[in-house]
Amino acid sequence: MLLISCPNCGPRDETEFHYGGQAHVAYPENPAALSDREWAEYLFYRDNTKGAFAERWVHSTGCRQWFNMLRDTVSYEIQSIYRMGEPRPDAAPAGTATITTSPEGAQK
Amino acid sequence: MSADHLPEHPDFLWRNPEPKSSYDAVIVGGGGHGLATAYFLAKNHGMTNIAVLEKGWLAGGNMARNTTIIRSNYLWDESAAIYEHALKLWEVLPEELEYDFLFSQRGVMNLAHTLGDVRESIRRVGANQLNGVDAEWLDPQQVKELCPILNISDNIRYPVMGATYQPRAGIAKHDHVAWAFARKCDELGVDIIQNCEVTGFVKDGNRVVGVKTNRGTINTEKVGLAAAGHSSVLAEMAGFRLPIQSHPLQALVSELHEPVHPTVVMSNHVHVYVSQAHKGELVMGAGVDSYNGYGQRGSFHVIEEQMAAAVELFPIFARAHVLRTWGGIVDTTMDASPIVGTTPVENMFVNCGWGTGGFKATPAAGLTFAHTIATGAPHQLNKPFALERFETGALIDEHGAAAVAH
Repeated sequence: MLLISCPNCGPRDETEFHYGGQAHVAYPENPAALSDREWAEYLFYRDNTKGAFAERWVHSTGCRQWFNMLRDTVSYEIQSIYRMGEPRPDAAPAGTATITTSPEGAQK
Repeated sequence: MSADHLPEHPDFLWRNPEPKSSYDAVIVGGGGHGLATAYFLAKNHGMTNIAVLEKGWLAGGNMARNTTIIRSNYLWDESAAIYEHALKLWEVLPEELEYDFLFSQRGVMNLAHTLGDVRESIRRVGANQLNGVDAEWLDPQQVKELCPILNISDNIRYPVMGATYQPRAGIAKHDHVAWAFARKCDELGVDIIQNCEVTGFVKDGNRVVGVKTNRGTINTEKVGLAAAGHSSVLAEMAGFRLPIQSHPLQALVSELHEPVHPTVVMSNHVHVYVSQAHKGELVMGAGVDSYNGYGQRGSFHVIEEQMAAAVELFPIFARAHVLRTWGGIVDTTMDASPIVGTTPVENMFVNCGWGTGGFKATPAAGLTFAHTIATGAPHQLNKPFALERFETGALIDEHGAAAVAH
C-alpha cells in the first residue's frame, strides 16, 4: 500500500485516497472548434508513461482536496507531491513520456 | 469429483533460434496472443517466415498471471461475437494443436446481489441467447445446487439473489495453452525468439520496415504488436499514441485443497472471482489497482478486499491460507473493449486493450489479428474493435455490461 503525504493532512494510507489519472490536462479552450480527432485525444488519450508520471489524487476521506503527485510507475516511488495549479517540479515538459527501455527497466 | 491428473512436465517443445536478419512479419510479444497470432498466420495464411519476439521468457507475462477463466457471456453483439468465436475455438483447439491443455467446461456463474444486478443479469441472459451464447438465469436455490459451498443465506451484507450461468464456460491450463501454440508454431517454421527486447522501429517515411532489438536489427515487411501492458511503450517508439492506461491486476492462490468448488463463481458486486485449479489451489482475483503501474505488483489492501469477499461468499474458505499473490500489467481502454487493427503507421498492426480479460480471447485474438496482418484489412470479428472508434464514437461499452467490473 502506498503511504501518501497529503499536502493538508500529512501521511495517510492509500485507501483514504482516490486516483485521478494524468495531471496537467487542460480543458480545451474552444471545444466547439475541435476536430473529431482532437476531441478523441482530449476524451480518451492520456499518457501511459513508464517512469516518472505526473498524476492527480484526491484525499477522499480526509480534506477532500485534489493535489498532484510525481510518481515512478515502475517502482511506485512517490518522488514529489505538489498543489493543484503548480507546475510539474522536475521541469520536464508536460506530456513528455519518460520511457525506460533498458534491460533494468524491462518486465522481468 | 477427483483432482484432474496433470501430464508430466514436457521437454522443450520449440527451438531457440538466433534471429534472422529478415522476416516477412514480426510479432512483438511471445504471450498467448502473440503465439496464437503466429500460429494462425502460418496455418491460415501460409506465412511461415515469421518471428515472435519475446523480451523475457515465453508466456511469462500476463499469460502466466491470469486466472484462466474462459467465457463468452458479454452483453454487446460485437463482444459476444468475438468471445463466442474464441470459445468455439477453445473447444476444438486441443485436438487441432494435438495437446490437451485441460480445457474444463465446468461453467461460469456470475452472481447478482442487488435488484440492479438482477435486472442487468436477466437482460444479459436474453442478449446472450439471441447471440447464440449459452446462458441461463438461476435462482438462489439453483445456485446452491450447482455450487453447494456458496452461502446463499440472507445473513451477509449482499445476499445472493440469483446468478447467470454459462455451462460451456470454464478454465484451462494457461501454461499448457502457450506451450501448445508454441510447439505448433515451431513445427510450422515460426522462429520463437526469447530474451529479445524491442528497443525501436526502423521506418521508411510512415512505413515500418524493421525492428531494432537488443539482439540486432531485424528487417520485416509487417509488424504486429501483441504486448499487452507495454503496448503504449511500443506505440510511442513507433511514433503514435494508444488510448490505453496500464494498471496492475493482482491475483492469488491458496495452498492445495481437496476438490470443493465445482464451477467458476464471479461476483461483480462483492467483487471477487474464484475457481479451483486442476491441482487443487483456490484461484481468485478481482479488479485492478487504481493507479497506473508497470511494476507487476500492487497494493495489499486490494488482495485483502478480494479475500474478504471470497470468505463472505464461501464461508469454508475462512481457514484456507494464501500461498502466493502476484500482479500483471493490464492494458485498459476507456470502453473496456480491445483494440485490434491497423495503426497510423503503415504495415504496423496492434492487438491490445484486452485489459483484465485477454486470456479467454486468445484464440480469436490470434485468428483475427493474423487475418489483419496478412491481408492488411480487418476480419469481420475485429472490425468493430478498430482504433478509429474513439474518434467516430462507436464505442463498445462493456464497462459493467460484460458481467464483471474492471
